[in-house]
Amino acid sequence: MDLISQLAQTLLSTLIDVLPIAVIIFGFQFFVIRKPVPNLRKVLIGFSYVLLGLSLFLMGLEKALFPLGRLMADQLTHPDFIYEGIKTALQTVYWLDYYWVYIFAFSIGFSTTIAEPSLIAVAIKASEVSGGAINAWGLRIAVAIGVAIGIALGSYRIVTGLPIHYFIIFGYIIVVIQTFFAPKMIVPLAYDSGGVTTSTVTVPLVTALGLGLAESVPGRNVLIDGFGLIAFASLFPIMSVMAYAQISEFQSLAVKARRTRDTIDNP
Amino acid sequence: MYKTIKLLARSMLDSFRDLLPIILVIGFFQLFVLQQPIPNMFDILVGTFFVVLGLTFFIYGLEMGLFPIGESMANAFARKGSVSWLLIFAFALGFGTTVAEPALIAVASEAADVAANAGMIENYDQSKASYAYGLRMTVAFSVGLAIVIGVLRIIKGWPIHYLIIGGYVLVVIMTAFAPREIIGIAYDSGGVTTSTITVPLVTALGVGLASAIRGRNPMIDGFGLIAFASLTPMIFVMGYGMLI
Repeated sequence: MDLISQLAQTLLSTLIDVLPIAVIIFGFQFFVIRKPVPNLRKVLIGFSYVLLGLSLFLMGLEKALFPLGRLMADQLTHPDFIYEGIKTALQTVYWLDYYWVYIFAFSIGFSTTIAEPSLIAVAIKASEVSGGAINAWGLRIAVAIGVAIGIALGSYRIVTGLPIHYFIIFGYIIVVIQTFFAPKMIVPLAYDSGGVTTSTVTVPLVTALGLGLAESVPGRNVLIDGFGLIAFASLFPIMSVMAYAQISEFQSLAVKARRTRDTIDNP
Repeated sequence: MYKTIKLLARSMLDSFRDLLPIILVIGFFQLFVLQQPIPNMFDILVGTFFVVLGLTFFIYGLEMGLFPIGESMANAFARKGSVSWLLIFAFALGFGTTVAEPALIAVASEAADVAANAGMIENYDQSKASYAYGLRMTVAFSVGLAIVIGVLRIIKGWPIHYLIIGGYVLVVIMTAFAPREIIGIAYDSGGVTTSTITVPLVTALGVGLASAIRGRNPMIDGFGLIAFASLTPMIFVMGYGMLI
């Protein structure tokens, strides 16, 4: 009984979130385009599947993974865990003491990105549009590695208290350089993958990690240092996706070069 | 009937595979690093089942409803030939999907706390609420503008990287002048604006437009709308922080 009322509640709040989108879409469809939607029935059924799916997804996360993940972020960043039993007042922080935090940040960044529904959607579309040249799993893994590195580095920044804009500006410089060397076809998709990664699954866990860290590291201000992990998580996938495209290009070039050499050697 | 069940089972298995890394990570840290038992085993099993089922439904509905409507609207607008209506639609979609975004509402109220703490605004509930409201409107406006710029780019065929690099330069310049307290929030606001339903819709719209307009390549011109939507909020939030 409890489950059903919970589901109804989540369904209602998802419905409220989706309402503006539905109003805009159907408003423009009926008043501006003024043509019937092709397969209207199918589209509406699809919409209800999306609504139901998203509600179940969010409710399941809230029931199973989020409480444990949040608790974990809290415990891993707690001084009791980091300095087991050492009670001396620590004013200086040695960044390596937080190694479990970085490992956690990396693995939670990777794994939540793999499960991110909006990334799955973009990967499906990209593989469809490119005629299979872009592999949906390859893209998702490349993005996930980017997010993982981003969040691990972002945690390091919170521990050390370095100003965020140095990292972001340095990241921009790398992105700009990569843009001129990466295959042209991947560039827009790579830029997109930055914004796509951070939604339903990643944001709540990553925010808990950032706030927990900023709270427990001496000398950090929660309000100032607790933010910024999302920014790291949206910057690094741009680099990793372009790097992935460059590596695959080099590989196919190498294969081609070997083939031509083989044909020259054994005609 | 048998076929449907088999298909459903296979998609659920796929969804389970998507979820497996999180389960492994959380299990490993709980059992080996924190060395604690896993609490509420039953809740976790039920929750995981819901997540798998939900992801399966979402992806099924995506290909059935969200992608087709995004593409058919892009086609209809392209055939109608009215650029101004298309741009109004683009703005409405960006503004409308962002203004009610729960993640944005949360970030805006945190930003108001930061601003009050830093003495930028008075530390009263009323002034904080109006600051948060203004910030939300600013971000929603900037996302609407981003989709408009992105759609214009698709129509005109402008190369994306000049626009994005230009945006980066603006972000860097603004960073130098914006109050220090707002910078972290501004950078984060770029990531929180794009929700799970907006992303597939906007992607389908972009790809649909690029396919419908002659001379555009859906791969090179179709993607990139999300990129604008995560860049403009940074610029506008820092601008908001400087003005108020």
